Amino acid sequence: MATPFHLEFEKPIVELEKKIEELNALAADGLDISADVATLEGHVEKTRKDIFANLSRWQTAQVARHINRPFTLDYVKHMFTEFVELHGDRNFGDDHAIVGGLARFDGQPVVVIGHQKGRDTKEKVYRNFGMPNPEGYRKALRLMQMAEQFKLPVITFVDTPGAYPGIGAEERGQAEAIARNLREMASLRTPIIVCVTGEGGSGGALAIAVGDRILMLEHSVYAVISPEGCAAILWSDGTKGEQAAEALKPTAKDIIGLGVIDEIIGEPIGGAHRDHEAMAATLKEAIARNLAELNKLSLDDLVEKRYQKFRAMTRCVE
Amino acid sequence: MSWFNRDKAGIEKHTERKVKVPEGMWVKCQGCSETILGKEIENNLNVCPKCGHHYRIPARKRLEILLDNGTWQEYDADMKSVDFLDFKDAKSYQERIDAALAKGGSKDAVICVEGAIEGIGVQVACFDFAFMGGSMGSVVGEKITRSIERGLKQRQPVLIISASGGARMQESILSLMQMAKTSAALAKLKQAGIPFISILTDPTTGGVTASFAMLGDLNIAEPKALIGFAGPRVIEQTIRQKLPEGFQRAEYLLDHGMVDAIIPRMEMRPKLASILKMLHHSAA
Repeated sequence: MATPFHLEFEKPIVELEKKIEELNALAADGLDISADVATLEGHVEKTRKDIFANLSRWQTAQVARHINRPFTLDYVKHMFTEFVELHGDRNFGDDHAIVGGLARFDGQPVVVIGHQKGRDTKEKVYRNFGMPNPEGYRKALRLMQMAEQFKLPVITFVDTPGAYPGIGAEERGQAEAIARNLREMASLRTPIIVCVTGEGGSGGALAIAVGDRILMLEHSVYAVISPEGCAAILWSDGTKGEQAAEALKPTAKDIIGLGVIDEIIGEPIGGAHRDHEAMAATLKEAIARNLAELNKLSLDDLVEKRYQKFRAMTRCVE
Repeated sequence: MSWFNRDKAGIEKHTERKVKVPEGMWVKCQGCSETILGKEIENNLNVCPKCGHHYRIPARKRLEILLDNGTWQEYDADMKSVDFLDFKDAKSYQERIDAALAKGGSKDAVICVEGAIEGIGVQVACFDFAFMGGSMGSVVGEKITRSIERGLKQRQPVLIISASGGARMQESILSLMQMAKTSAALAKLKQAGIPFISILTDPTTGGVTASFAMLGDLNIAEPKALIGFAGPRVIEQTIRQKLPEGFQRAEYLLDHGMVDAIIPRMEMRPKLASILKMLHHSAA
């Protein structure tokens, strides 16, 4: 987390932190101001807590996209051991916007798959801003089928603005790649735990998000379209993202009542980006607990329950 | 035609030419630009008799020409959408639902029926583009899933005729989940060895393409139908390039291996009958 990066609504915190710095500079001159500093520090914590407890949906979307938010490979580093990255879809290429491989989770061998974003410009381009092409989804499917073959649970991390909308992506069957994953994940005979860690952007997210348990971080978002995309279509104005975010209701709090996710995973105060290790530890506990439950089910039960879970996602009147 | 168009309207003369033709009698074909009697196109299954341009066709008319005797049994005809998110852009979702219902057609964007094609019992889900652009929310996903489950139970082939702008934004995350739900049902159908034929008509995009529409044992398209994941405008804005000629049209998808065949509307019924008899031979 090298570069400090602040969101617009974090201004009050940044200002307080500046004051503390100034005071500390005075302290260096020999003044005793430790009491003042302590008061201010308490104030910072309280302000941060208040701000993050009352984020608007648009603000939540910004936290979900925070440049320092932990990405899949950060979770891999903190949660798994012996990670071996596996590449390629065996058809066309290796997509860098999706990573996957074998690893141990508390000793148990698993398959890990997740969207991967970049932090600096070079890496962002290399990761295509976390927007996969069809070969990314096909790589993911190949790894999931391998997991089924070797009876390994699958753990996925979802964090993408969406599947990449490009000419090559269309030509190589972006829609088909996503669709196939939905169908195959629905019937995969091994446990699947999905963690929505950042942006759950539409079909591009769902293509690795059909599972037995869906965990969602407190400040992540999950919706049918990005706020900007929605604004561009419904308001004919891509800058109306804030209004669109309010309308789409994409936060964990919004959607848990709809039965789409199973659990909201609390984040460190001020967001996951402030403490990757603590975030990974909390999430790891939740994954371990859910995995232990799933490991007890027969494969027939597991797959049928997964079917019924998605089958129940309906709101209509007859 | 004059060489120069006036930019201001004249005081005494109208600038536009007036030709007194009853509205809608003659139309300029979008395919060949020929002037054709509207009735002629209508009587030809909404296909231009001169150039074969396929116009969109109302869902019920499509079912009439597809199914034996033009008859069927409809399921879940009264299922309606709910504005459970209180979604509001320029209008509320409820207002949009009410406006679509007020047209007096279907009660949501898909019609699900049981019928027969040359004697073979089939479950058909046919999108009605007139209802909110054929968008898929809970109702569409639920009705299609039930169609697939009926096909599974009765061991009947399932046909989905798509014409949709994709997932319905007004139901946000639940619209997205319909993609997973319908695809999960198709997984069961596949395991049971029952045919699923996806018929892609103009336009089929977004979350509908990225779920059941691309999962047919056979994917069949109508000529020149727009079929894609991202809309052409979104792609142009993303890559800042002009799109190639014919991009995302049925013929383009055929060239790229995404659909099995392009079948003109006139031949759809006999070809489907033939395909179904071959695939579903044990039941015939």
